[in-house]
Amino acid sequence: MTDVKQGVLEIIAAKADLDVADLSETAKLADLNISSLDVVEIIFALEEKFDIQIPFNANNAKVEFGAVSDVVRAVETLLRERAGDN
Amino acid sequence: MVHVPTERLTVKIAGEVWGFDPAAHFDTKRIAMLDRVSQFAVVASREAVAQSGLDFTVNGIGERTATIIGTAVGGMNTVDESYRKLYGENGQRVHPFTIPRFMSNAPTSHITMEHGLTGPAYTIASACASATHAIGHAYQLVRGGVVDAAVTGGAEATLTVGTMKGWEAMRVMSADCCRPFSKNRNGMVLGEGAAVFVLESLESAHARGAEILAEIIGVGMTADARDITTPDVNGAARAMSAALADARLNPEDVQYINAHGTGTAANDATETQAIHQAFGFHARRLAVSSSKSMHGHALGAAGALELLATMEALRRGVVPPTINLSEPDPACDLDYVPNTARDQSIQVALSNSFAFGGLNGVLAVAKMERH
Repeated sequence: MTDVKQGVLEIIAAKADLDVADLSETAKLADLNISSLDVVEIIFALEEKFDIQIPFNANNAKVEFGAVSDVVRAVETLLRERAGDN
Repeated sequence: MVHVPTERLTVKIAGEVWGFDPAAHFDTKRIAMLDRVSQFAVVASREAVAQSGLDFTVNGIGERTATIIGTAVGGMNTVDESYRKLYGENGQRVHPFTIPRFMSNAPTSHITMEHGLTGPAYTIASACASATHAIGHAYQLVRGGVVDAAVTGGAEATLTVGTMKGWEAMRVMSADCCRPFSKNRNGMVLGEGAAVFVLESLESAHARGAEILAEIIGVGMTADARDITTPDVNGAARAMSAALADARLNPEDVQYINAHGTGTAANDATETQAIHQAFGFHARRLAVSSSKSMHGHALGAAGALELLATMEALRRGVVPPTINLSEPDPACDLDYVPNTARDQSIQVALSNSFAFGGLNGVLAVAKMERH
């Protein structure tokens, strides 16, 4: 597992009150008892940890962040874009 | 925005009050004591009191008049500026008027001083329902005979980098425009401003031959007691039903609702369901619109600005539109008066305010026929 993926999973697992090992990447955030406000906190934690800006709007959150893997992919993409910029 | 530096912001738009020159309204000494929110409040109160024709300084009227103003936050520009100096510039001190400028009762207090209002006076803070709660409460004080008159409304001026960052972090803001009830809505747009009203009993207004702009006939207030940010159908529906009951109205008596209509995914669908719940089959016959689509969400002042819009709809027989409504949403299936104002004679209207924290207020207002 990459460090990035590990970091993302740790943040989501903490909010879902799960061990990282028990967190499935295909799990839907809603099924993990993660509320919309929890998602906003997760985004904040990810931005702080990886020094990125995630263009996330709660008004269409369901489309952007359905599953855990969506969040991992979004962070990886943003980090790749940032590396490309530099 | 032109008053707020936007370089570090993702959301760069708001319904700012442009062209407001404090020096046109106050002398230098007074300005030093007035945060922007108090400036708005006092200027609006001057207009309202002048239009009412009441002189509160004679015959002890001021002593029997309440001053109840809704403000969600208070003097945020003062807070922002002092913290910038302290933390951002490593300053050693802040302005000596920092406290009296930012305290949330300042707008109310300055209105009392402006007009000599020495009756009960306080600020009501219930986030986006502040002004509606203030006006509803002032209405109850007048109706119950606690006071003869009330100066009431709402004021807000929280557009600063700090508060914009806070709102951005909640991820509920639109970066382009406010599209209430439209499927492509993507959040709220903040606003600012103030609106103030003078309330008195119908008998008193008739007796002195005052021009009566509208009659407040009921108020409903409820708490969701569920979630600090997510709106609740039942809490909102109960507030509307309570306003109808207080005004002794049947659902069919209402023609127009000035909706809370923030343009967030959650509010607009929830409010629509709540209107269905409170109005039953009559819901589809109502005109429902969000004037926030035009002036933004003025938080603690919102209910006052929107009562003004509602009153003018009654007086002029013109229903304000919901602008930017470009895509129908199955979750929002009412008549939202899309995009264009509508000539329609209305007799009774509601004005809805549903706050963060699950605190709801609804005013029922009737057209005043000329006698």
